[in-house]
Amino acid sequence: MTMPFYVAPEQVMKDRADYARKGIARGRALVAVRYAEGIALVAENPSNTLRKISEIYDRIAFAGVGKYNEFDQLRVAGVRAADLKGYQYSRDDVDARSLANNYAQILGQIFTHEMKPMEVEILVAEVGITPEGDQLFHILYDGTVVDERHYTVLGGDAEAIGGHMKEHFADGQPLEAAVRQATTALAGTERTLTANDLEVALLSRTNGRRCFRRLSDDEVATALAG
Amino acid sequence: MFQPGADPGSSFPELLKRVGLASASGDSAGDLSVPHATTCVALRYTDGVVMAGDRRATSGNLISHRSMEKVVQADEFSGVAIAGAAGPSMEMVKLFQLQLEHYEKVEGGSLSLEGKANQLSMMVRGNLPAALQGMVVVPIFAGYDVRRGSGRLFTYDVTGGRYEEHDYVATGSGMLHAGTAVKIGWRDSLDRAAAIALACRGLWEAADADSATGGPDALRGIYPTVATITAAGWTRVADSELATVFESIATEVRAR
Repeated sequence: MTMPFYVAPEQVMKDRADYARKGIARGRALVAVRYAEGIALVAENPSNTLRKISEIYDRIAFAGVGKYNEFDQLRVAGVRAADLKGYQYSRDDVDARSLANNYAQILGQIFTHEMKPMEVEILVAEVGITPEGDQLFHILYDGTVVDERHYTVLGGDAEAIGGHMKEHFADGQPLEAAVRQATTALAGTERTLTANDLEVALLSRTNGRRCFRRLSDDEVATALAG
Repeated sequence: MFQPGADPGSSFPELLKRVGLASASGDSAGDLSVPHATTCVALRYTDGVVMAGDRRATSGNLISHRSMEKVVQADEFSGVAIAGAAGPSMEMVKLFQLQLEHYEKVEGGSLSLEGKANQLSMMVRGNLPAALQGMVVVPIFAGYDVRRGSGRLFTYDVTGGRYEEHDYVATGSGMLHAGTAVKIGWRDSLDRAAAIALACRGLWEAADADSATGGPDALRGIYPTVATITAAGWTRVADSELATVFESIATEVRAR
């Protein structure tokens, strides 16, 4: 009978975390930033059909970076959980916090129990009735939940992008400024990004019941031209 | 998350079944006196469709509600008008709205108008056991077909049979009177104002002859629900506009 080699649990966790981080760092990054009327989500995404940002519920959006099939699976699970909760109780009872906790549990479970962790970082954003109610929950591959106030960066090179955001973020800024700011942060110092390279969506307080709206390439170009 | 074989896909009713929340239809007792909703009409005009429905719900010989909404928005480009038992009707509409939104979010795009009509057909069919015990639900589905660039109307029978109507459709206990009034006045070239006036005229005639259909209630400020669906989406017609329309109908009737 062969005995399996002993591997310290610390080593197992570290290997998994490294694996997940590597996978995430390969993909393009995404920025969510608050503006006067809500939250703008800006992702670097050359595809026009495979989305990184999508609607979960009336006031809640989802964004993911990393492996597409894995975060898309999480997105659908989120839509289901939200619609079920809204049907069972009321539309007002669906909130980002409980959804974020759900996601954290799923990701944590997979990280510790499955062969392979999910190579994703996801964001659950909720736009409040007032600016004070805006919420951003950033959830990591191992189920760690970070709750951010003004902006958050997902994906590779998050530190440099976050540094730029920290320097330029202004509370109550108009939408165009927020989109420009996120775009220059994503581009870094050596590149410029155009509307074609971006996927931009909003959670806007002024949009009626369903706050989520995608911006067309033309609208993004106009915002970038400022 | 579901295993591949058990995944409900983008169907919300199927998801409810998987998690054990689907309502047990057909369990209700036979001879219940439940509130019934009544006359609704829908007609096509140049820009799209107009839907209209009265606000009265009756329980036997009693009026149980004066301000029920029987014409409701299903999604951006479609609406449902219901006649039948109020409870199951409302539940069906709620589930239908949720299903359209759920599909849109999961799939990242809306169902075609035809697809929405078929979805509703399945829901009406699912209600058949309850219908056999008196809880009949007979909706009208109307919407703007973005792909074709025109308004379309669908009517249903109790078994879920789906029939597309070209010009106009009426349902409920006052359907005969409302339908006849609309049939006489309908033209291919109706504009928005004329279409709204015609739909209101249909409801007026139904309310005049059918006790289960409510007329405009100027005393309480309750007017029928009227909405238009065009390329710009669903728009509810304001009560102030309806007040003027019904006032002119009343004037005309008085002068006869």
